[in-house]
Amino acid sequence: MEELTLGTMIAVFEEIFGRALFWVMVAAAVAITAGYLYVLIRDRRVSWRKYLVAQIAMIPGAIAAVLFVQQVTNSGFRDLGGPVDLLVLLGVAAMGAVGAAILVYTVQSLIWRPEEDQALR
Amino acid sequence: MSLNRRQALATLMAGAALAGAAGGEARAQRIETSARIVILGAGAAGAALANRLSERLDGAVITVIDPRVEHWYQPGFTLIAAGLKPASYSVSRTTDWLPRGATLLAEAVAEIDPEAKTVTTESGVSVGYDYLVVATGLVLDWGAIEGFSLDLVGQGNGIGAVYASPEHAAKTWAEMDRFTETGGRAVFLRPATEMKCAGAPLKYAFLTDDYARRKGTRGRSEFIYAANNQSLFGVPIVNEKLRMLFERQEIGVVHDHVLKAIDPGAKTLTFDTPGGEETLEFDFTNVIPPMRAPEAVRNNSPLGWQEGPWSADGWLEVDRATLRHVRYPEVWAAGDIAGVPKGKTAASAKWQVPVVEDGIVSAIAGTEATETYDGYTSCPLITRVGRAMLIEFDYHNNLVPSFPGVIAPLEELWISWLMKEVALKATYNAMLRGRA
Ligand SMILES: Cc1cc2nc3c(=O)[nH]c(=O)nc-3n(C[C@H](O)[C@H](O)[C@H](O)COP(=O)(O)OP(=O)(O)OC[C@H]3O[C@@H](n4cnc5c(N)ncnc54)[C@H](O)[C@@H]3O)c2cc1C
Repeated sequence: MEELTLGTMIAVFEEIFGRALFWVMVAAAVAITAGYLYVLIRDRRVSWRKYLVAQIAMIPGAIAAVLFVQQVTNSGFRDLGGPVDLLVLLGVAAMGAVGAAILVYTVQSLIWRPEEDQALR
Repeated sequence: MSLNRRQALATLMAGAALAGAAGGEARAQRIETSARIVILGAGAAGAALANRLSERLDGAVITVIDPRVEHWYQPGFTLIAAGLKPASYSVSRTTDWLPRGATLLAEAVAEIDPEAKTVTTESGVSVGYDYLVVATGLVLDWGAIEGFSLDLVGQGNGIGAVYASPEHAAKTWAEMDRFTETGGRAVFLRPATEMKCAGAPLKYAFLTDDYARRKGTRGRSEFIYAANNQSLFGVPIVNEKLRMLFERQEIGVVHDHVLKAIDPGAKTLTFDTPGGEETLEFDFTNVIPPMRAPEAVRNNSPLGWQEGPWSADGWLEVDRATLRHVRYPEVWAAGDIAGVPKGKTAASAKWQVPVVEDGIVSAIAGTEATETYDGYTSCPLITRVGRAMLIEFDYHNNLVPSFPGVIAPLEELWISWLMKEVALKATYNAMLRGRA
């Protein structure tokens, strides 16, 4: 029993966010990921212009994720105490960056069709 | 809490990874029985057991007896008393946590008769059992401190009592906040009895120190920790680390001081010491009284230790590995009430609960119980707002880190703080529901 199972992990996440919010978040993550896959398949290629904009979104995404975690946990950069803390910080930043990039790319693709993308070039 | 750490780590890496994953773990097959199981106390250990036993057993008559309407998440008291959470953070309703399959009798137990296998409540209701779990936690013996009353807490007189309740923890914050604005002398202490979360008095000294430093009043302040014996903490390697940290933070230590009396007017604390009584003046203090088994267990039952160091306070005489009573085999202890070395934390309860569950289910099924408890105790030792040490140990005073090589137990880390802040309550709640 003293092992990490998916069931206990989900139980803990449900307690952290509340059952409803947790599953709404999961649904949102699934929807965004599905949207991303949808536009990739639909367009059959990666639009480099959109990709560039998405890359720019990574920076605020990373910063926002770090500040959010610090905000909700009453802590700051000065509390980093060892290498593992740095890894956690980078991990949080990376998640924020990738999340923001996927979101921005998908939203762009859903708004502008590939033809328009070409026309804008 | 080994699981906590890993789960918490996962929290930090939360993302879409869980998307689409279906919950539910394989559960052992339910056992049919008509056994009458009585659980005394619906706190951390009692609620968790009620859920787990009703999940494992089909047809068992499970009765939970606890008079308290509110359920208290006590590890949160420290955060409340540090001004980081409101008092409501630790408060829920007892009925929120109990399974449909169990009946709650909202009364205090007054007497336990293990010969007749009955418990009697304060109003005289008698309940028979085939199996009994004693999970009453412990009582805080405020009356043992002369001159003290809980009404004194938070009256602008520098008297705090983090242990008493969520409300008192919030009042203690008001006192600590005020004290750290002006500075002065802070005196911290702990009782000489066994106590729940032996790290909590130390954490609070560190937190007060942190606030005084942030507010620039530490230079005008004196901090004293009055230890009840020759050490700061029962685990030698942790004790040594704490000695170093106290030195670094300039928290002075006096040893062999056991609080005897408080004079709120003169603002003094009187301690029993080997050399006679000693009096210390204070501008701020966190009173922590002796802790014992509740009256029903200590004086109105034969379940406590009959001799040895634990007999006076009534801790249950159970086998330290199986948590089964040594004289009454249909009785188990779970949580703070257990008369075992170590183990008075919610994290310990989390490891004890499956052992008691296994003991009872096996007894019903007529099989051999296999789960054992090795003293696992854990205490995220906060050293300031934003950092903590993830200290985990067992009966043998060995450190048993959940993430060896990743999270160093004796290092002050942000990740350990994140776990206390984010994952601990969630894991506690999951434990109450029998899901962790
Ligand atoms: C300030 C503070 C900080 C803490 N910090 C931590 C921490 O960081 N980590 C950690 O793991 N643990 C911590 N703990 C310890 C943790 O809260 C306890 O170890 C845990 O709650 C024990 O669970 P329990 O079920 O034995 O007792 P409890 O949770 O106290 O529950 C006992 C229940 O029994 C009931 N009861 C009592 N007497 C009777 C009676 N006669 N009849 C019927 N019912 C009765 C009570 O009403 C209560 O509901 C802390 C505790 C405090 C006070």
